[in-house]
Amino acid sequence: MEKIHISLKVNGERKEADVEPRMLLVHFIRDVLKLTGTHIGCDTNNCGACTVVLNGKAIKSCSVFAVQADGSELITIEGLSKEGKMHPIQEAFVEKFGLQCGYCTPGIIMTAYWFLNKNKDPTEEEIKQAISGNLCRCTGYTKIIEAIKYATQKLKTSF
Amino acid sequence: MFPSKFNYYAPQTIEDALNLLEKYADEAKILAGGQSLTILMKFRLVRPGYIIDINRIKSLEYIRKEGNELKIGALTRISDILESELINKEYPIIIDAAKTIADPLVRNLATIGGNICHGDPGNDLPAVMMVLNARYKIQSLNGVRYVQASEFNIDSFTVDLKPNEMLTEIIIPNLDNFSGASYIKVKRKDGDFAAAAVASYLSIDQNDKIKDVRIGLTSLGSKPFLVKIDVNFIGSKASDDVFKQISTISYESANPVSDIRASAEFKKKLAKFLTFLSLKLSLSRIKGF
Ligand SMILES: Cc1cc2nc3c(=O)[nH]c(=O)nc-3n(C[C@H](O)[C@H](O)[C@H](O)COP(=O)(O)OP(=O)(O)OC[C@H]3O[C@@H](n4cnc5c(N)ncnc54)[C@H](O)[C@@H]3O)c2cc1C
Ligand code: FES
Ligand code: FES
Repeated sequence: MEKIHISLKVNGERKEADVEPRMLLVHFIRDVLKLTGTHIGCDTNNCGACTVVLNGKAIKSCSVFAVQADGSELITIEGLSKEGKMHPIQEAFVEKFGLQCGYCTPGIIMTAYWFLNKNKDPTEEEIKQAISGNLCRCTGYTKIIEAIKYATQKLKTSF
Repeated sequence: MFPSKFNYYAPQTIEDALNLLEKYADEAKILAGGQSLTILMKFRLVRPGYIIDINRIKSLEYIRKEGNELKIGALTRISDILESELINKEYPIIIDAAKTIADPLVRNLATIGGNICHGDPGNDLPAVMMVLNARYKIQSLNGVRYVQASEFNIDSFTVDLKPNEMLTEIIIPNLDNFSGASYIKVKRKDGDFAAAAVASYLSIDQNDKIKDVRIGLTSLGSKPFLVKIDVNFIGSKASDDVFKQISTISYESANPVSDIRASAEFKKKLAKFLTFLSLKLSLSRIKGF
């Protein structure tokens, strides 16, 4: 079983590697690219800790093989801050205490990043629906929802 | 968790995919959204020697009207179905089901074809396709055949597909002004499979007399299935009374097992209750309220 050459854009930079077909995208991100902000929680496609944005869509990277990402554009949590400045969604999570242990946070922020790009003015119900694939064991979600609401306002004024 | 080793192919055309399927047949698995298959492979419940990734076959992703039918390419994502204006306007029953499948992240990858071919008794779209009288276009190097949705599911995780075959299109007849359909699902929480769910299709004449009625059940047996309605309701007035009688037939046809989601008896009661609610909703969709 030969390794396959893949080439993709990760957070704006071209990356190339030879991977075994069975290597999961989340392992490629963490172990090959050493971008450890993307977490592994359940490893069974349930918790969303491994969420990244692949070709414009938020997906769970533990359910995709790295070879499938050949030719794609990938954004991980590390790709959100620019020149040392946090992304408005990240700021909103800090300011509104949208996290406790932080394990789920990169995944939830990537989901929010994808979702707020599509829906600039979501209702609370829409926010709840949007993050329904991301589990958080600490916060009880209230603060996360507040943070995402606050982020929508920040995003409107940040340009 | 790592799957066993496999060889990987990512064909760009249906033709190439069919050639690979013919060559590797029993040893091969089609990879669509991977939202079911990849996990099964990680648990090593499935160990295909060859993965045929169809995600690069862009000609398999479409939603279009052709004559009196709606045609959906097998690789169309559940998220794209939810965003389709055409489906929202003309087939609210498909939206009823699609929006309850998993969560937005899973729906961004999961495909209609995968949902139908996987054969889990809890997959939501098969029962919907059955009541809509849909048929599936199945291709292999030997040619094309069509299977009625109601005959496609054979048993738990077993569907009418040979190892060298691939589902390429789902074909759904139009709903006219005198027909309506709906899907209602009970689940423990967002992202969960159905404890039980019911699809209904109702067609009436100008005087509210029933012309046709179909009920499909999810998570209520070893496979999604169409309820055999042996009493003749054709010509009866679409009323609560008749809907109750049909609900009782659903109750009797349902054959669920007890599991973490609910006891078998509770699921049977859900079959009855949801059949009634779904018929009411389908009727109200015909009437426009
Ligand atoms: C957390 C979670 C919750 C879920 N909840 C629900 C739910 O509530 N309801 C529900 O219905 N589903 C649910 N699912 C399942 C999800 O919808 C699956 O993704 C879907 O059933 C399979 O679609 P897929 O495109 O991912 O298929 P894959 O996983 O790629 O494939 C599934 C099977 O179908 C075969 N296959 C796929 N496409 C074709 C084709 N075109 N021709 C022939 N064979 C094909 C594959 O070989 C494989 O055997 C859930 C999944 C997860 C992870
Ligand atoms: S680690 Fe991927 S969904 Fe939990
Ligand atoms: S903050 Fe701990 S899991 Fe969400």
